[in-house]
Amino acid sequence: MGTEMTGAEIVVQALTDLGVEVVFGYPGGAVLPIYDALFQQNRIRHILVRHEQAAVHAAEGYARSSGKVGVVLVTSGPGATNAVTGITDALMDSIPLVVLTGQVPTHLIGTDAFQECDTVGITRHCSKHNYLVQETARLGPVLHEAFYIARSGRPGPVVIDIPKDVQIMKARYTKPGTISHKTYKPQVKGDLAAIEAAVEMLAAAERPILYTGGGVINSGPVASQLLRELAKATGAPVTSTLMGLGSVPDDHPQFLGMLGMHGSYEANMAMNKCDLMLCLGARFDDRVTGRLDAFSPTSRKIHVDIDRSSFNKTVRVDLAIQGDVGSVMEDMLKVWRARGHRAADQKAWWEQIKGWRARNSFGFEQKGEALLPQKAIQRLYEMTKARKPIISTEVGQHQMWAAQHFGFHEPNKWLTSGGLGTMGYGLPAAIGAQLAYPGALVIDIAGEASIQMNIQELGTATQYRLPVKVFIINNEYMGMVRQWQELNHGGRYSESYSDSLPDFVKLAEAYGWKGITIEGPDDLDAGIQAMIDHPGPVMVDCRVAKLANCFPMIPSGASHTDMILSAADERGEADDDAKGLV
Amino acid sequence: MKHLPSERHTLSILVDNEAGVLARIVGLFSARGYNIESLTVADVSDDHAVSRITVVTNGPPPVIDQIMAQLDRLVPVHKVVDLTDWGPHVEREMALVKVAGTGDKRVEALRLADIFRARPVDTSTASFVFEVSGSSEKVNQFIALMREVGLVEVARTGVVAIARGAEAV
Repeated sequence: MGTEMTGAEIVVQALTDLGVEVVFGYPGGAVLPIYDALFQQNRIRHILVRHEQAAVHAAEGYARSSGKVGVVLVTSGPGATNAVTGITDALMDSIPLVVLTGQVPTHLIGTDAFQECDTVGITRHCSKHNYLVQETARLGPVLHEAFYIARSGRPGPVVIDIPKDVQIMKARYTKPGTISHKTYKPQVKGDLAAIEAAVEMLAAAERPILYTGGGVINSGPVASQLLRELAKATGAPVTSTLMGLGSVPDDHPQFLGMLGMHGSYEANMAMNKCDLMLCLGARFDDRVTGRLDAFSPTSRKIHVDIDRSSFNKTVRVDLAIQGDVGSVMEDMLKVWRARGHRAADQKAWWEQIKGWRARNSFGFEQKGEALLPQKAIQRLYEMTKARKPIISTEVGQHQMWAAQHFGFHEPNKWLTSGGLGTMGYGLPAAIGAQLAYPGALVIDIAGEASIQMNIQELGTATQYRLPVKVFIINNEYMGMVRQWQELNHGGRYSESYSDSLPDFVKLAEAYGWKGITIEGPDDLDAGIQAMIDHPGPVMVDCRVAKLANCFPMIPSGASHTDMILSAADERGEADDDAKGLV
Repeated sequence: MKHLPSERHTLSILVDNEAGVLARIVGLFSARGYNIESLTVADVSDDHAVSRITVVTNGPPPVIDQIMAQLDRLVPVHKVVDLTDWGPHVEREMALVKVAGTGDKRVEALRLADIFRARPVDTSTASFVFEVSGSSEKVNQFIALMREVGLVEVARTGVVAIARGAEAV
C-alpha cells in the first residue's frame, strides 16, 4: 500500500521515480516544505536561478536539447506570475515541462492571502493542462499524470499548484505502473489509408516540397533520420521552419534553407510554385505563410500533425494525417518502398530551384569598415562547427541572422523562442542546455537589448561553473524594431535605441565571467578563438554595423513572391493596412 | 476563411465534472474569438463524474471545425459532438416569463399562454409567472407577444439538446 510520507516527500519521491535529475527553481514561503525535502536528498539536483522566468526558460533549454521533460519549482504569487512568460513560451513552441508552484494553504485560498494568486486561473490558457492539488493523496498520481501529458501528444507545459498544507500533510505514495488517462489519448499512428493516399500524391508530383517544422524535433532524433530517408526516396526539396532547423543538415543538397519572413528566396519561391506540399510537423504560422490568399496557390497540400487543431486553422489542406510525424514518415517510407516507387523526374523543378538559388538571398556585401553582423555569425559558425555546438538565441535580428548563417546539422542543437518570440530566452536556455550536456560548447547568440532581459542569470552560470558563452551582436539598437521603423514608419526610430548600455566586459567580470570586446573585423577571429579557448563562461561584446537590416524579408501582409532581397527594394513607409499587421 | 457565411451549430460536450472545467471551455471560446449564443451545463452521470455542456455557437464551417478540434484537445473533455452535423436531434429551452397587468391585458396574457402551452407557476392579483418551453423560436415568439401585455422580466435556460433515436452520442 506504499509508504506514508509528507506531501513534500511525495513530490521529491515521484520526481525521482520519474527519472528527474535536474530541477530549476527559486524558493519562497509557499514551497518551503518541498525545498526542505530537496535538502534532505541527493538524487535530484536543484539549480537556483535569479528570476522565475529564467527557471522556465532554462527548463525549456534543458528539455529541447535533451528530449527530456524540464522541471520547474517556484513559489506562489509572484513566483508563479513570473513564470507565466516561460510557460506561455513553452506552450507556443510545444516544449514538455512540468511546473510546480507553491500555493497558500487551502484554508486561505480565496482570501487575498500574502503571496496568493489564482495560479490555475492565470495559467489555464497558457498551459497544456493544470492542476490544483487539494489532497496529499492525489499528489503522486497527479505528478505522474502531469509528466505523461507534458511529454505525450503535442508536448507542452503542465502546471501543478500545490497548497502549503498539502505539502505538509501525510499520505501513502506508490509508484504507479503505466499511465493511461480516461479522456486524454494522443494518437500516435497515422491512418494507413490516408498515408497510402499521401504516398501516391507524392509519387505523382512533379514539383513536390517537404515543409518541415518543430514537430520533427519533438518526435525524437529518429524522426530527423526518417526525414532524411524520405527526402532521399522522393528526391523532393526540403525547407524547414525556424523551429525545425537541424532536422536536415544545412549542407544537404536538397535543403533549401529556412522559409518564411526571413527565409531563403529559393525556399519561399519553391513553396509558392510547388504542386505538392507535404507539411511535416509544422503549423502554417503567419511568419511562414505570408499573405494567406497568395500562399502556395497551385499546390495540393498534405498536413501531418499530432494535433488535430492544427489542421485547416489558417490554410485549407487536401489531406490531413493525424499522428506522430516520425511514426507517419516511417509508414510512408514502408508504403513507398513496398509499392516500388522511385523518385520522379524532377529535372525541370530542380532547374527552377537552381535559378532561385543563384540569387544567393542570404548573401551580403561588405561596405565600409564596420563588421557586418552576418559576417560575425558566419565566422562564429566556421570556427566552432567542429565542436558541434548547441546554439540558443534571444529574439530579433540576431536570431534571424543566426538562423540564416549558422549551419545546423543535427536536431536538438538549436534553441530559440519561435512562437512567442520572448526576448531574454537565450541565456537561461543556454544554461539549461549546458546542464544537460556539461561537456558541450553552448553559445547564446544574443542582441545587446535582449540579453538585458534576463542578464541576472550570469550569476547562475557562475554559481554552477557552467561554461556557457554569450555572443552579443551589439548594434546599439533593438535592431528588428528599428528595421521595421525604417521600412514601415518612415525611419522614425521611436524608443528603439539602446541607450545607456552597460560596459559588458566589466559586467561579465563583476559576475566572475571573462569579458571580451570585438571592436571590428580585425578582432573577430581572435575574439571568437579566445572565447572558445576559455574554459569558463565568456561574454563577448561584438560591435557590429549599427544600421544593417535583416534580409531577405517578406514584408508583413505580402506574399512569398514579394520578397525584399536587399536594401534596394525597401519601401520606406507602409500603407495603413500593412502597418496594422504584426 | 472567416468571410464564409456563418452557420448556427449546437454542440454537446461531455466533460469531467471538476472545478475549472467550465472556465476552460468558456475561456477557450473567448480567447480564440468564437461566439457563444447559449450555454448550459449540468452533471448528468450517476456517479457525478461527468457533466454535459450544450453550446450553441455560430461561425463559418471551418471555424466550427476548429472549435470542435480545440475543444477535443482539452484534457478533461471526454467527447465533443456537433449535433447539427450529427443529424436529427431535439433542441429545447425553457423560460420563466413575468407579466404584470390588470383587466383585459391580464385576460389576454392568460389566453396567449394557453395557446403556447405556457403554464402559470406563480400568480398574484396583478401578475403571472409563466413557464414556457420549446424551441428557441417558440420561446422568442412567446416573449415578443408578452411585451404587448405587460412583460416585466425573463429568465431563460439556454438550449439543451439530444440526438433522436435509440443511440447515445
